[in-house]
Amino acid sequence: MGSVRPSLIDCDVHAVLPGIAALLPYLSDYWREQIAQTGFKGPVDRWYSARAVAAAATIKDEIPASKVEYLQRDVLDARPELQWAILNYDCAVETLHNPDAAAAVASALNEWIAAEWLARDPRLRASIVVPSQFPELAAAEIDRMSGRPGFVQVLLPVRSAEPYGSRNFRPLFAAAARHGLPVGLHFGGAPGNPPTPVGWPSFYLEEYAGMTGVFQTQLISIVAGGLFDTFPDLRLVLIEAGVAWLPPMLWRLDKNWKGLRREIPWVRRLPSEYVRDHVRLTTAPFDAPDDAQQLREVVAQLGSDSILLYASDYPHAHGEDRAVTELEFLSPAFATRIKCENARAVYRFEP
Amino acid sequence: MTKHVVGTVAEIPPGGRKLVDVAGRSIGIFNLGGEFFALRNRCPHQGGALCEGPLGSCISSAGPGHYEMSRGGEILRCPWHGWEFDVRTGQSWFDPKGVRVKNYEVAVVAGKNLKPPAPDLVPGPYVAETYPVSIEQNYLVVEL
Repeated sequence: MGSVRPSLIDCDVHAVLPGIAALLPYLSDYWREQIAQTGFKGPVDRWYSARAVAAAATIKDEIPASKVEYLQRDVLDARPELQWAILNYDCAVETLHNPDAAAAVASALNEWIAAEWLARDPRLRASIVVPSQFPELAAAEIDRMSGRPGFVQVLLPVRSAEPYGSRNFRPLFAAAARHGLPVGLHFGGAPGNPPTPVGWPSFYLEEYAGMTGVFQTQLISIVAGGLFDTFPDLRLVLIEAGVAWLPPMLWRLDKNWKGLRREIPWVRRLPSEYVRDHVRLTTAPFDAPDDAQQLREVVAQLGSDSILLYASDYPHAHGEDRAVTELEFLSPAFATRIKCENARAVYRFEP
Repeated sequence: MTKHVVGTVAEIPPGGRKLVDVAGRSIGIFNLGGEFFALRNRCPHQGGALCEGPLGSCISSAGPGHYEMSRGGEILRCPWHGWEFDVRTGQSWFDPKGVRVKNYEVAVVAGKNLKPPAPDLVPGPYVAETYPVSIEQNYLVVEL
């Protein structure tokens, strides 16, 4: 790290669990015996193959992002100006139907992250894994982990069995708000229902590119459900969501709120105002045009220079978005906000 | 500014309304508990016939699941897209300063003061010169 001034916060890097055996030290005797006797593999129904959209540097790794050494080689040591990288373990705990198994696996994953990642590199921060399909258990895990050093966010898969604005999820969001933790919604999830409202797609491309629709559904639900009024300190980070879709969605949402707001009178301001106050998006992917003028227009339509957070999404690579690779061309001050200042504000990191 | 006689007090009961054409404009006259208000019958959004929309309450909330009603019958919703306006002020609910419908003062004038027609009154729906204006009635006068 030396004399380089810390000026970069990477808001989305990943770890991959090599297998359920890695969790055994962090599980109770009961679950160790169950795993030994039943062959339970834990949450395995993942939405990325280990090598889908993988960064070139990881091509020879046994399992990309499965070791802290890989992360150090490709991210932490590769960017000397990096101050923090936030580890989002996007596992598939939501696939487990046994509530006690889901809670036990989530707890074990958090202990694994603490012991085998956070403890091994001081530049790492991490999100708390929760059994999001059981909101009361998720709240208990948030309460358990909130005081632990290095855990800075609650992570939810963007795909869920019902929209997060539903009141069934209120205990989970209440716990995050109670501890002042942002909630991150991350690409993916395998809750059992299809990733589109019209059923199952045939190809991965459809699911991958169509995930922006899931983010839109969740954001509309969270605004309409009144979470930002119920929890005025709640910050929501959309991770790996794409960015360019947001302005047109807000045009529509603002327009329709004017006529339908009597249905949701707890939403007291334009939806776009809540979004600009409470919601942040990571820059990978961005999904904007490469043409400089068009890109500036997209960024201007976001209506806030606080809304974007830099992320590499290591070890995934989504193609080179100019908005991510050439942040400076917008303006040096804007680039600084995206690279570190906005993340410091939302995660309340010391400068 | 010219005064127009647009009706009698008796013909618009509390909670009622009357649409009139004055100087080429469609205007809604509303009686809120004995007070009279006039709004341009044209929604500032896309020109819908605002004054033909439903009158209801102001709905507010202390949080999700809570619905508080106030000012019953004083909030007008455009029949086209549901934008809400305060009949008393013409202000929209969602942007009171930026989005509003034109409103007009409504004066209640005793018939005896209309006969003979004052020089600043012009023919309106109730033409003072030709209607049998009764000195016992009270009339609604809009100035625009």
